[in-house]
Amino acid sequence: MKRIKGGEEASSGESPPEACKKLRREVSEESEAKAAGESPLCDWSLLPQEILLHIFQYLPLLDRAYASQVCRVWNEAFHMPELWRCFEFELNQPASSYLKATHPDLIKQIIKRHSNHLQYVSFKVDSSTESAEAACDILSQLVNCSLKTLGLISTARPSFMEVPKSHFISALTVVFVNSKSLSSLKIDDTPVDDPSLKVLVANNSDTLKLLKMSSCPHVSPAGILCVADQCHGLRELALNYHLLSDELLLALSSEKHVHLEHLRIDVVSENPGQHFHTIKKSSWDAMVRHSPKFNLVMYFFLYEDEFGPFFNDEIPITHLYFGRSVSKEVLGRVGLHCPRLVELVVCANGLRPLDEELIRIAKHCTQLSAIGLGECEVSCSAFVEFVKMCGRRLSQLSIMEEVLIPDHKYSLDEIHWEVSKHLGRVWFPDMMPTW
Amino acid sequence: MVVNSVHWFRKGLRLHDNPALQEALSGADTVRCVYVLDPWFAGAANVGINRWRFLLESLEDLDNSLKKLNSRLFVVRGQPTEVFPRLFKEWNVTRLTFEYDPEPYGKERDGAIIKMAQEFGVETVVRNSYTLYHLDRIIEMNNNNPPLTFKRFQAIVSRLELPRRPLAPVSQQQMNRCLGKISENHDQLYSIPSLEELGFRTEGLPPPVWRGGESEALDRLSRYLDKNVWVANTRVKTCSLYASPTGLSPYLRFGCLSCRLLYYNLREIYMKLCKRSSPPLSLYGQLLWREFFYTAATNNPNFDRMEGNPICVQIPWDQNPEALAKWAEGRTGFPWIDAIMTQLRQEGWIHHRARHAVACFLTRGDLWISWESGMKVFEELLLDADWSVNAGSWMWLSCSAFFQQFFHCYCPVGFGRRTDPSGDYIRRYVPILKDFPNRYIYEPWNAPESLQKAANCVVGVDYPKPMINHAEGSRLNIERMKQVYQQLSHYRGLSLLASVPTIQEEAEPPMTDESQTSSGPDSPPRVLADIEAAVCLMAPDSSTSAPVPDQDNASLHQLFQDHCTSSGWPSSPASSPPQSPAPRSKPGSPSSSCPSPSASPSLLPRRRKGVAHKGRRSQRQRERSSCPMAKEEDEEERMQEEADEERMEEETAAAAQQ
Repeated sequence: MKRIKGGEEASSGESPPEACKKLRREVSEESEAKAAGESPLCDWSLLPQEILLHIFQYLPLLDRAYASQVCRVWNEAFHMPELWRCFEFELNQPASSYLKATHPDLIKQIIKRHSNHLQYVSFKVDSSTESAEAACDILSQLVNCSLKTLGLISTARPSFMEVPKSHFISALTVVFVNSKSLSSLKIDDTPVDDPSLKVLVANNSDTLKLLKMSSCPHVSPAGILCVADQCHGLRELALNYHLLSDELLLALSSEKHVHLEHLRIDVVSENPGQHFHTIKKSSWDAMVRHSPKFNLVMYFFLYEDEFGPFFNDEIPITHLYFGRSVSKEVLGRVGLHCPRLVELVVCANGLRPLDEELIRIAKHCTQLSAIGLGECEVSCSAFVEFVKMCGRRLSQLSIMEEVLIPDHKYSLDEIHWEVSKHLGRVWFPDMMPTW
Repeated sequence: MVVNSVHWFRKGLRLHDNPALQEALSGADTVRCVYVLDPWFAGAANVGINRWRFLLESLEDLDNSLKKLNSRLFVVRGQPTEVFPRLFKEWNVTRLTFEYDPEPYGKERDGAIIKMAQEFGVETVVRNSYTLYHLDRIIEMNNNNPPLTFKRFQAIVSRLELPRRPLAPVSQQQMNRCLGKISENHDQLYSIPSLEELGFRTEGLPPPVWRGGESEALDRLSRYLDKNVWVANTRVKTCSLYASPTGLSPYLRFGCLSCRLLYYNLREIYMKLCKRSSPPLSLYGQLLWREFFYTAATNNPNFDRMEGNPICVQIPWDQNPEALAKWAEGRTGFPWIDAIMTQLRQEGWIHHRARHAVACFLTRGDLWISWESGMKVFEELLLDADWSVNAGSWMWLSCSAFFQQFFHCYCPVGFGRRTDPSGDYIRRYVPILKDFPNRYIYEPWNAPESLQKAANCVVGVDYPKPMINHAEGSRLNIERMKQVYQQLSHYRGLSLLASVPTIQEEAEPPMTDESQTSSGPDSPPRVLADIEAAVCLMAPDSSTSAPVPDQDNASLHQLFQDHCTSSGWPSSPASSPPQSPAPRSKPGSPSSSCPSPSASPSLLPRRRKGVAHKGRRSQRQRERSSCPMAKEEDEEERMQEEADEERMEEETAAAAQQ
């Protein structure tokens, strides 16, 4: 009973969740029952470890912590390695985030008692540099663990970029060197660099399956090429366009390499008029030959006049996102050169209707099943034609209402009927409040 | 028995279509029209000068109209709870009337006043005239949940009887029967305060662009109806960003104009011109949006915040006071954004496309700052900012609720240029840029330096540099939104982008199978089916009276269960137990010594879904017994749910065996 009381003090005034209360009530009733000399068979502390573990797996950490204060056996169960394989550190500062943070004492506890059990770890940090530094501090203490997955996730601004590069690199290298069997690494928006990637490769080349490193400005095309050359099990890769090269594609399609499943490329222009290199059609062809089913996801955040090098040749793109305005002409080229296209999102376009472009896309992109249009214009009849050509394979069709221009054939009120008919389900355009 | 009425004006500042005021007049010996205002509180409240001016003008107009009827408006200083006991005694009041206020805060305040009136033996009469429909009725028709998609809302509204017809204005004859004595010193005791009295400095205050009051509202209404633009073409191609002499939204906000009067005027003109029996719902566009948000908010006191708001997706917004100030004061360095914020501050109104632009920029588009901060700025500056509509719109525009696609992100350069290619709007509100050519006026930082000098405005000196690289910012934010929504997507697939596949699940441990259901390439169709179910079952034709199922609420319920039972926004397994009836997330509050649940093996979200299903079902079973008509559809739905539950249980069992 004493320990239970202590537990309540530890919860610092916050009322513990209902389940715990209930649990505790039952337990205390139980112990009272025992005291009264009733059946000792119901002693909860005699639950086999496996069952206890199983139950604990259903409980959130906080509830497990409360439960651990019930008795010695439960307290031991609390520390079972199985329960500490995954952990998500949340590092937020009150000044920069609305969200709570993992308590520093808990972090200390984990590092002290459970760091060797950790296998699947992620860090969610807010926009403050302090949080990112705290994450690095934790990372550099993970010396006796072998991580399988690591994710560094900035939930707001990319704060890892603010950490001194040397600090970040040394922390990350600790994990690379000690882990030896990393299979998934998500380090988007961090100052990771070529030498640290070499360390990664040297220690984890047999196991690495997933690498996400969009917007890591300190990595060069040679750095990523080294990863592709050595890590033959790599199945998913995310990076910025400036790291994409013909050599990289060829390395990924070498015989030794497993089939690539996903390649995600962000094309971002730093300043207007930036020049972008081109990728040879033969390199893409090699990729498709080697991994016929791979998804090529491309996000474009470019000015209209920067699209020159893109979509002039066939490209095996499957998911295409235009985050900024894209010209009619480029969309025309998309219709000609993207036979594998599955999903297309156009955020904005000029003031001329995209009628022919859409029809062309419907005709040539026979896999297309999802499309979203934002600030564009399409005449109602062309849109109906497009839907008719694609038919029921269009599983997602998200069109802003103001995109559709009524014409002699269809008014806005009529179009949802017509489109619904061809889709085989009821469809409406998306709306924005006109308030 | 003598009947001494007091009509309490709050919103609804008008004499036409005012059913509560009519009740005050009915059979009364005296009627006094009261407005309660606390000047001290007024100065402290977060409401800008334009909104106060509009209110005071509306009160003056009301007082003038009452004078014409040989009555007056009594503006009483103080708080309602202190004022009314005094008035009840002083005037020997027997009846208190006011318009129904559907907002949670108003309902609470009115509840207290009604109770107090009872204690004084004063009869209270409350009438609904602020919204077209009885919101509770809409909620009831939607299985006791507010509809959370606009389509669904329309489907329900189309099945409702028409709104009550507007009542005639109060007549001289009516008023004559119950004129109270107006004392000599009325103007000393009950005058309308000035802006100065409320603590505002008025030197150099430009004349108002929007003049408050019922008379102005009615003038505008007739001009608006004359234009007929809305009948021929609900889609106005060239939208005017400027304050329109026929704009009505601030007048609806203060109730200077009755929404029902507007509704019936529109309807009659449509029927006259189009000779069709009943006009489409789209005719009432704005009116219905207002109604939609009111319905969503009426039973949700946390509607204006993220925390504890069951319909709001928890998004890890940044806190950045400097960036927020730049946005609010029009110093972002993006002329399109700055012009809009300047217009808002100066005039108190901006076009809805402009609202979309600045709201997107502040939240999910560029700055990643909480919609709550933006909402507060609008509350201060925007004349037509209603609590419900303002909060609802901000949630909508920041993709925090109402199932919005988040791919659609407005560019602070391109969107402006598309809306006003000439750039004249910028020149008017950011005059320092007036000499920039059209080509650069939306992106002056890209103009050659010589040109900037020639235009007498060097970016970085005379006008701020853009505060953010939009391309980079939107890339990041799209990614953040994806993170948020991928965690929810096995409850309801929202987005094109969130369904872009990844091998994630195979790199994660087998037991934390959250991701397997959420982002596997196979999941989008199932999730989509969910949305379709929501849409398909709706009667597309407003004339048929098909049953309205509660699919979208069901989905929302799951979504609610999903992120509200988890302790923070991330995919962590739930931290509160299934049996707590209305779990609320408290992301901001540090809970205790062990706050963060790990991403440990958990099947809880699914199980909890089962619990939610059962809860809803039993609720419906109760309803069913009272409503035999609905039985058949309900039966189908129940079977579907049972099948779902079975499948879930199987999944749970299978996963547990691992």
